Amino acid sequence: MTATAMTIDEPAAPAAEKKPPAAPAPKLAVEKSVPATRRQRLGAGFTAALRRFLPPVLGLAAFVGVWALVSKSSPQLPGPSVVFHAAVTLFSDPFYRNGPNDQGIGWNILFSLERVGIGFGLAALIGIPAGFLIGRFKFLNDMTAPIISLLRPVSPLAWLPIGLLVFKAANPAAIWVIFISSIWPMIINTAVGVQRIPQDYLNVARVLNLPESKVFTKILFPAVLPYMMTGVRLSIGVAWLVIVAAEMLTGGVGLGFWVWDEWNNLKVENIIIAIFVVGVIGLLLEQILLLLARRFSYE
Amino acid sequence: MKKLVQIENVGMHFDTRNGRFVALRGIDLTVREGEFVSLIGHSGCGKSTLLNLIAGLTLPTAGVLICNGREVAGPGPERAVVFQNHSLLPWLTCFDNIYLAVERVFGAKEGKARLIARTHAALELVGLAQAEAKYPGEISGGMKQRVGIARALAMEPKILLLDEPFGALDALTRANLQDELMRITAATGATVVMVTHDVDEAVLLSDRVVMLTNGPAATIGEILRVDLPRPRDRLALAHDAGFQACRAALLEFLYQKQLRRAA
Ligand SMILES: Nc1ncnc2c1ncn2[C@@H]1O[C@H](COP(=O)(O)OP(=O)(O)O)[C@@H](O)[C@H]1O
Ligand SMILES: [Mg+2]
Repeated sequence: MTATAMTIDEPAAPAAEKKPPAAPAPKLAVEKSVPATRRQRLGAGFTAALRRFLPPVLGLAAFVGVWALVSKSSPQLPGPSVVFHAAVTLFSDPFYRNGPNDQGIGWNILFSLERVGIGFGLAALIGIPAGFLIGRFKFLNDMTAPIISLLRPVSPLAWLPIGLLVFKAANPAAIWVIFISSIWPMIINTAVGVQRIPQDYLNVARVLNLPESKVFTKILFPAVLPYMMTGVRLSIGVAWLVIVAAEMLTGGVGLGFWVWDEWNNLKVENIIIAIFVVGVIGLLLEQILLLLARRFSYE
Repeated sequence: MKKLVQIENVGMHFDTRNGRFVALRGIDLTVREGEFVSLIGHSGCGKSTLLNLIAGLTLPTAGVLICNGREVAGPGPERAVVFQNHSLLPWLTCFDNIYLAVERVFGAKEGKARLIARTHAALELVGLAQAEAKYPGEISGGMKQRVGIARALAMEPKILLLDEPFGALDALTRANLQDELMRITAATGATVVMVTHDVDEAVLLSDRVVMLTNGPAATIGEILRVDLPRPRDRLALAHDAGFQACRAALLEFLYQKQLRRAA
């Protein structure tokens, strides 16, 4: 007992010796620093906020500044204030209807979103199950690999004539373009997710002799979900990227058609507004899906 | 006691990119009901490969394995495995991880209330009743390993296969879980085959310790019978001559007869 007591004492002694000179210093610092830390903490919070928000605000300001300068030297390009005022009038009545070719910005946004929704929805309906099958069965993977790598790099609009030919109408053709260009990320990411499932999880399924339906609901699907969500996010991004171009060519009500129409009317400020609207909605879609993905990720 | 597992002249090779790799050859081993057998050997010698063969997760390229009178043709719930890295499903709670196994094994014959009771009993057995609603990501490594053991035990397997179950844990947690495993196997009379690389663990827990030679083409070098009386107490055994003799035999095998070249 004494031996153990000594071994405990020994290492404690040097620490105790070190303490006395160190102890008074913190005491002094504590007394003085009570008001100081509070001020410092406030200051620190302020600088942290500044660090966080200053760069983006500066970036936006610089962007608007350059834009204003450029618009001064080239009279065709409307400046920030002109565009801002045009936007105020535009968004003060977003849902008016003056015939098929003249509708409010709200309608244009909704119609574009609807096309993206349908095209992307169909792509998810087919692409995600296809991804599961391709990931699960090597034979299918080898079978589809050449087709996927051949078709995936094709520019989305190259599919438009095929759509027009098959569907003989503009609207389904635009949806078709969305479908075919947004299906690849979902197929590929889902398939990769299935192929990357840790062998341990599958071994658990094998030891338990789980039926294929249970393997799917309890192991495959939850394990692949994060990969699938990444695919969905990429797909939505592509779909939204493509819709404006597709609608420019097919017409009808929608943001793309609206851009084209305003170009014909030479209302450049509305084109710039459209660019912002497309950007903001794309950003929102991305953020919503990121939130969803975080909701579904385990660990 | 009845012979539960018979391994007869089993060999295993893998066809790799660099040609054929012979992992195991000429393995002969019998495990009797209620016996605790450890497999020990240097890292990479083929311990996991042998355990996976007993589990049926891989099939031998030579020889036969017989479990409970039938040739092992694949994995099954009567041979429960506790994997080295616990292998709990991270999207299921501790309760659901065990329930998945319980439902699979007993779901056809028993009602839901009985299945839930079984799951609770398994959690109780490893002292984790209070953690049943937690996800694997929310509990410590030792707790995860316990849930893995609870899942395996809840299946009431013919044999429990453990692959370095405590390898990733700190010394104190490992000692606790070893004691718990001894208590559980004593209470349930379970048959266990455990892979380990820890000499003390092997002697403390086992009835027999199977020593594998170094790979490639590893085989059984020696088998040590540990005749220490049960229940065993680690503190008392620390100064026990029999314990020390067993320990010395294992160390001699591992560090003199099978010293790794330039390892
Ligand atoms: N699927 C496999 N393919 C090729 N080689 C393998 C495979 N599984 C194991 N091996 C090899 O067999 C040997 C034994 O592995 P293992 O049983 O995991 O060793 P350990 O004793 O550390 O558990 C190692 O050299 C390993 O590289
Ligand atoms: Mg191993």
